[in-house]
Amino acid sequence: MLSWPRDTPGQQYDYLVDVTAVEYRDRERPLEVAYQLRSLERRVDLRVKVELDPRGDLTVDSVVPLWRGANWLEREVYDMFGVTFRGHPDLRRILMWETYAEGYPLRKDFPLRGRFSRAEQVRQALTANPEAHYSMEELSIADGFAELPEDMKERLRRGERGKLPHSE
Amino acid sequence: MKRVLETKEVSGSPNWLTTRFEELIKWVLQVTRVDKAVNWSRANSLWPMPFGTACCAIEFMATAASRFDFARFGMERQAFSPRQADVLICAGRLPFKLAPVIRRIYDQMPQPKWVISMGACASTGGIFDNYAMVQGIDTIVPVDVYVPGCPPRPEGLLYGVLLLHKKIKGESLLDPALRQEQPLDERGLRLPPETIDEISEPFGNSVHQFRSA
Repeated sequence: MLSWPRDTPGQQYDYLVDVTAVEYRDRERPLEVAYQLRSLERRVDLRVKVELDPRGDLTVDSVVPLWRGANWLEREVYDMFGVTFRGHPDLRRILMWETYAEGYPLRKDFPLRGRFSRAEQVRQALTANPEAHYSMEELSIADGFAELPEDMKERLRRGERGKLPHSE
Repeated sequence: MKRVLETKEVSGSPNWLTTRFEELIKWVLQVTRVDKAVNWSRANSLWPMPFGTACCAIEFMATAASRFDFARFGMERQAFSPRQADVLICAGRLPFKLAPVIRRIYDQMPQPKWVISMGACASTGGIFDNYAMVQGIDTIVPVDVYVPGCPPRPEGLLYGVLLLHKKIKGESLLDPALRQEQPLDERGLRLPPETIDEISEPFGNSVHQFRSA
C-alpha cells in the first residue's frame, strides 16, 4: 500500500523517517502503527497511520522491501509493542535480549517495573550469556560461518542463546 | 628427678609465658608492618577499570583529566583490561542487558579487587525504576564504596577513592576474604532473592507506582 506514495509521480515520498507505534490509554481506541514519510524532492512530510485492533493479532505488512531502513525500525516496534511485520527479513528483538520473556514493554498492560520480581529479573539477566548475542540469522555471520573458529561454530549450532520465549 | 622437676617449674613459670608473649608481640608487629607496607602500596597504585555507561562517565573522565587528575592518588594507569585492574568503577546506570557483562568483568579481575559504585543509578537504580534497569549494582557485584550524586562531581569521586584508600589501609593480609573469589551461588545470584527484592524496593516518589498494571 505504501508503494503508492513512494512510486507515484507527484508524490515521491522517497525517505522513511520513522516507524513507530502508539497505544492509547483508552482501550477502545486501536493501536496505531505510524509511518513518517518525507519527500526529499518536494520537501513535504506525510504521516501514515495503520490502525490495528489491540485484542486481535497485531500483524501488518513489512515495508522493508520499499525502504531498507525500515528493518531496525520495525524490529524496534516488534520488540516494544509486539507488532508482527509480515515479510520482514529478520524479525527479532532489537533492544531487549532475545530470550526476554516478560512481554512487550511499551504496551499499556505492561507494568512499569516488569512482570517478574526483581530477583527473578536479576537471575535471568545473570544467566544470559553475553557472548551469545549474535545469531545465525544475522547475515554477516551466516556469510562468514565457514571461517569462524570451531568452538564458535559449535556454540552457534547448539543455539546457546537459550530458550526463546515463543519457540514452542 | 630433680631435673624434671626443674623443667616443669620453668615451663610453668610466668617467665615462659612472657617470652612467648614477646614473640607473639614481635610477630604481630612484623605482620602489621608488612600489612602497612602492602596496603600502602596497594592503596596508592589502584588501577581503575572504568565501566562507564552514562553521564557519570563524563564526570569520571573529568576526574581522570588534568584539572582533577586522579593520577595524583596513584590511579595513573587506567586498566582497560580487567586482568590488570584493581578497582572497578561502575559509572552510570546498568541495564539488565549489561548485568552479565559487568559480572564477567568483575569475575575476570584478580583478587584483591574493589568496586566503586558511582552515582545514584549505579547505587540504587536512581530515577530509572523500570523494567530494564538493575536496581543497584550491589545485586550483581559486591560494592565497597558508593558515591552519591547525579552525577557526582569529580571531587565526590575523589572523596570516594580516598575512602577506598582508607578501607584498603585497614585491611590485613591475614584476612582470607581478601583472596577469596565471590562466585554466584547455584541459583545464579549473588544475594538471596528476598534480599534482592528488598533492596530493589522503590523509594522516594516512585513508591506511588505499583507493580501491577
